[in-house]
Amino acid sequence: MSPSTVEQGLQFPATGFDVYRTRQEFPILNQFVRGKPLIYLDNAATTQKPNTVLCGLNQFYGCCNSNIHRGVHFLSELATRHYEDARVNAQTFLNARFHREIIFVRGATEGINLVAYSYGRAFLKEGDEIIISAMEHHANIVPWQVVCEQTGASLRVVPINNDGEFLMEEYEKLLSDRTKIVSVVHISNALGTVNPVKEIIRRAHAVGAVALVDGAQSVAHVPVDVQDLDCDFFVFSGHKLFGPTGIGVLYGRESLLERMPPYQTGGDMILSVTFEKTVYNDLPYKFEAGTPNIGGTIALSPALDFVRSVDLRKVAPYEDALLKYATERLLEIPGLRIIGNAREKAAVISFVMDCAHPHDIGTILDSEGIAIRTGHHCAQPVMQRFGIPATARASFALYNTPEDVDALVKGLWKVVEVFG
Amino acid sequence: MADLRELYQEVILDHNKSPRNFGKLESPTHQAEGYNPLCGDHYWVYLTVTDGIISDIAFEGSGCAISKAAASLMTSLLKGKPVSEAEKLFERYRAMVTGQGGGDPSEMGRLVVFSEVKNYPTRIKCAVLPWHTLHAALSGEQTASTE
Ligand SMILES: Cc1ncc(COP(=O)(O)O)c(C=O)c1O
Repeated sequence: MSPSTVEQGLQFPATGFDVYRTRQEFPILNQFVRGKPLIYLDNAATTQKPNTVLCGLNQFYGCCNSNIHRGVHFLSELATRHYEDARVNAQTFLNARFHREIIFVRGATEGINLVAYSYGRAFLKEGDEIIISAMEHHANIVPWQVVCEQTGASLRVVPINNDGEFLMEEYEKLLSDRTKIVSVVHISNALGTVNPVKEIIRRAHAVGAVALVDGAQSVAHVPVDVQDLDCDFFVFSGHKLFGPTGIGVLYGRESLLERMPPYQTGGDMILSVTFEKTVYNDLPYKFEAGTPNIGGTIALSPALDFVRSVDLRKVAPYEDALLKYATERLLEIPGLRIIGNAREKAAVISFVMDCAHPHDIGTILDSEGIAIRTGHHCAQPVMQRFGIPATARASFALYNTPEDVDALVKGLWKVVEVFG
Repeated sequence: MADLRELYQEVILDHNKSPRNFGKLESPTHQAEGYNPLCGDHYWVYLTVTDGIISDIAFEGSGCAISKAAASLMTSLLKGKPVSEAEKLFERYRAMVTGQGGGDPSEMGRLVVFSEVKNYPTRIKCAVLPWHTLHAALSGEQTASTE
């Protein structure tokens, strides 16, 4: 029933990227689930980890586990050095000017919350405006709503078109001297849209606003240079970049971080405490209260090294080819509609089918060993924009192959068979 | 995992495709809205209860095959039944789909087609949402949520 690739005459172009070798770095991919080889297509939710990251975690807990910044003993010095090396690594990764501009947080969510609460509460007042887009993840909506409630500022939303693209003209109309913060997603997790963030930031600066980029979905797909983007804040999560969960990065422009009050308080973030007065520590420690995720931070380093070693500039044409191939093949399925057809799009395909609800699609694919995500993807406003309750989403990473796409297509034919 | 056909039995597929008692009631004595924010299943259940008997019942809304078939079968089973029996059936049904015993075919009647749901933890909420909504309606609450 399912037409094969060859019959369709679709060719997968050679791009010079060796996906099969890259896959060997990821032990989890080499297993069976539900009696079928695992096809992992839920990378926008979280990515798998290469051996070097697994070793990094193991090595830390097995050989140098210790608290940091406080011990005089050997292990504590070692752990502190590795922890601070990870910071320099992240600085290089994002091309930040200074290592003190790198704040370790739990993930993109905590990074945005930090900026919203610290910067927002300190500098926003009634009448000010925050601009986000209609394709934001809840993590880049709710913190701003809360800050608006507390400060009297208001939230403005840049609409998107039917293809899921950011409407620059509408953005231009919303910008004014009331605009104080612009916070936009780099790549949409629900639609795959790649936003023109550099231009968005330029226009934000033109009215004197600061700009935050939610890079949760972008760091694993496109090289990021915060100086070139000229953003004021950039956040990402380690676990979506082949690193551990529970660790992420907030980049902040030094001059802004300096002026921002602490977000959480306690140990490590102070220079001195008496009951009369506390003097806060310098950057970046002012924002890292308490014992951080030391193991996760140290094991983020090999994840950054991994991305550097594969070179996203070389991976991009491969992922583009994979997206194009998957799009063409998915459209073979009768009654399947892709939500999000931006011209600039990452390898994320959200879709709905006439015959089956996304949840049923997910269950049937799961029985074939294929992992996708179904639901609203923490982007309910996007679902509302397209008038659908949910989508099924296949999201690809640099270890996914054309054969994974073929398996997905075969699984979708099974959905048609059951429900058609 | 057992065969998918055990989950998506013919009866379920049939009720999903052509749901029974689908629509609104003119002037229901009870009604409630049920919503599962995670997957977007969203239903309204309407009842007319006279002298403790469910004289009419209907539902509308949208969701996955499991939830829609559960709503459809629920409404066709309960029409003409006493409220007390509906509540008892809800308890037994919930025990069956959550894998807490029950599921004796002689007691469950046509609802046995949902007995496989217990092996699909992510689908249990789908199967019970219409029943939660029914329960909310009968208890005089406006909304039921799976969260
Ligand atoms: C675009 C976007 N922003 C923010 C987040 C939140 O990331 P985390 O849950 O790792 O904090 C996600 C994760 O799904 C995302 O896709």
